Amino acid sequence: MKKDELPQDKGYLIEGKVRDLNYVVDQDGRYVSALSIGWAPKNEAIKLAWEELYEHIEEARQLVLAGKASPLVFYMKLNIMDIGILASYTGMSRWKVRKHLKMKCFSKLKPEILAKYAEVLNITPADLVNTERIREIVIRHED
Amino acid sequence: MKIDFQHNQAAHCENGVTSNLLKFYGIGLSEPMIFGIGSGYFFSHMPFIRLNGMSVTSFRVLPGWVFKRVTRRLGIRVRRYKFRNRDMAMQELDKLLEKGIPVGLLVGVFHLPYFPKEYRFHFNAHNITVFGKEGDRYWVSDPVMESVETLSGEELRKVRFAMGTYPPRGRMYYITGIPEQVELKPAIIKGIRKTAKDMLTIPIPMFGVKGIRFLANRMRKWPAKLGEKAAALNLSQIIRMLEEIGTGGAGFRFIYAAFLQECAVILQQPWLNDLSREMTGIGDQWREFAVQAARCFKNRDKGQTSYDQLADMLIMIAEREEKVFIQLRNIGL
Repeated sequence: MKKDELPQDKGYLIEGKVRDLNYVVDQDGRYVSALSIGWAPKNEAIKLAWEELYEHIEEARQLVLAGKASPLVFYMKLNIMDIGILASYTGMSRWKVRKHLKMKCFSKLKPEILAKYAEVLNITPADLVNTERIREIVIRHED
Repeated sequence: MKIDFQHNQAAHCENGVTSNLLKFYGIGLSEPMIFGIGSGYFFSHMPFIRLNGMSVTSFRVLPGWVFKRVTRRLGIRVRRYKFRNRDMAMQELDKLLEKGIPVGLLVGVFHLPYFPKEYRFHFNAHNITVFGKEGDRYWVSDPVMESVETLSGEELRKVRFAMGTYPPRGRMYYITGIPEQVELKPAIIKGIRKTAKDMLTIPIPMFGVKGIRFLANRMRKWPAKLGEKAAALNLSQIIRMLEEIGTGGAGFRFIYAAFLQECAVILQQPWLNDLSREMTGIGDQWREFAVQAARCFKNRDKGQTSYDQLADMLIMIAEREEKVFIQLRNIGL
């Protein structure tokens, strides 16, 4: 890639803070490094990945609001976690976490365990059990 | 206290940490040089390892290998730790900083506060250097950032003990001894030969040049086998790996071209300049592939570029990479 062809397509990087360092060829054929704020094909790929994630989060929200799953499912997806990651952060076994994803078991959880989940998911225990809060969270890309 | 440590931005985190640490001890090597000596260049497509439900495609060797190989090939002594106990991990770090030793750390990016939100996945193979502590704030040199950052003790503890695929477990490493004379030339030769060997001769279809062909042949079947949507997601995943923060463009191919150009001067072998130009061409072709692929997954059903055409591009790329490494395989002093 030539230095003057280096794309500068604004995407998700921040100028002056974090930009891609690319290796490019200057006029004399020598390799130099140059900063780029982004590239359209890559931005598209990132956008697609996030859209997919948002879709999953939205599905989880509907499940929770319909009472078919515990709020943990929603917050787990919101933190881009799966059962394995959530289990290892909380230090509980997978099958236990899987059980807690059902509303029936979730409503019987002890405060300590709720607090543990809340800490891992970056919310307060009160917010974790408040299903109404889930309705209000806006999931959107900050463009 | 804050160690007098120079932060230099690099394309890739591990190259950057290695290069910055070596510079601190008076060995000035560029990022391409580190990447080349450490045999960072690779290709693998592993359908049985899943990340977020998709096959893993990678354009480089496993995390940690570049640092390991560079230090070994240059005769530099290092120490590395991992911890079970979190408090101990932080105490040991503090002790080293007290002694004025900059320390490389392996961290997860999900909880890194200064990272752009869109890049914060549960990815656990990011490298940073910590070079000082003032109060509860640690001075951090993150090679992908343009300037130095700070983290609180709590934040640092969190990222050092991130969970998920390949948890870092507080891994840290630092340099303990530098040889009086660093022999650069033999290290370069070793690095190139190893890369050529890995790209050409691993007898498993998922790795090296064979891996690119393997990916191409699987790609042809994606739309029929997985459906349009999953196929598009898989394709976008490859573009992200190819151009993610830290590849220097085109999945490290441009860094390697820069490395070959530098080698031509150091080893006084001008023929490497031709290979550097060819490698640049290969990188450009990877970029072209990314453009076509993006077009393909953006307008899913319009179908201007088919998966077959993309696969054909990959086959051509594999052909060219193979030729380059057949020539490089027999490099000598």
